[in-house]
Amino acid sequence: MHLILFIIFAALCLTGAVNLLFQKQPINSALSLIVVMTSLAVLYLLLGAEFLAAAQVIVYAGAIMVLFTFVVMLLNAGREERTLGSRAYRTVGFPAVAAILAVIATSFIKLQGFGSARIDDHITSTADLSAVLFTKLLLPFEVTSVLILVAILGSVALARKGDAEGREPK
Amino acid sequence: MHIVSHEVPLVWYLILSAVLFCLGVVGFLIKRNLITVFMSIELMLNAVNLSFVTFAHQWHEVKGQIFVFFVMMVAAAEAAVGLAIIIAVFRARSTLAVDRIDLMKL
Repeated sequence: MHLILFIIFAALCLTGAVNLLFQKQPINSALSLIVVMTSLAVLYLLLGAEFLAAAQVIVYAGAIMVLFTFVVMLLNAGREERTLGSRAYRTVGFPAVAAILAVIATSFIKLQGFGSARIDDHITSTADLSAVLFTKLLLPFEVTSVLILVAILGSVALARKGDAEGREPK
Repeated sequence: MHIVSHEVPLVWYLILSAVLFCLGVVGFLIKRNLITVFMSIELMLNAVNLSFVTFAHQWHEVKGQIFVFFVMMVAAAEAAVGLAIIIAVFRARSTLAVDRIDLMKL
């Protein structure tokens, strides 16, 4: 059961990611990224991370991707034109990516004593998570809320019309 | 050799996250639209989150999942600021093609 679910949703993940690369329209790329994120939520659930699965759907597939689709529609982003770009990314970039993948994959395969996941594994409940989050890691949690506040102010200041003194554009 | 086992080696999850990360890097290199370049970065963040959750499952450690939680919050802040920057760039240059946004290019 676990194996079947893993294969289905891993395949969905990979096809979504490859589709993101090959789509010309940014809106199609955004939709395939939503597919990737939602199937990642299922994989989190298979690994026993129930809170993160919910947060993945709500925060990533919900909030962040809605923001992306809003911006795509707002800026009316059409077909992207295929330019060749610089030659540097073909001569250096792709071999570098292949090397990164090879290094990461071999180091993962060589990991000793790595277990396997079953469908009836223990589940990290939200209570377990919050017991650590709100005691030991309370300060980082609160600092992150300040970060979110600064991000809100920054994005409002960046995205509004007018110059730094707040004058409206002529 | 029996194939039908009911468990999945955790290494497969890690390999999946490595492949997703590399697909994100390839997208970052080949996409020519500012928004889709930004989406590739989000894909890389997600791939790393998957390996965090896998390691948290392996060592029965809650902190790995909390780290993913923090990554999600930072990604949300980053997406808001990044998209605001994209809007500002579009307003100034009226294009989203990364080849034409080359003011800082040598």
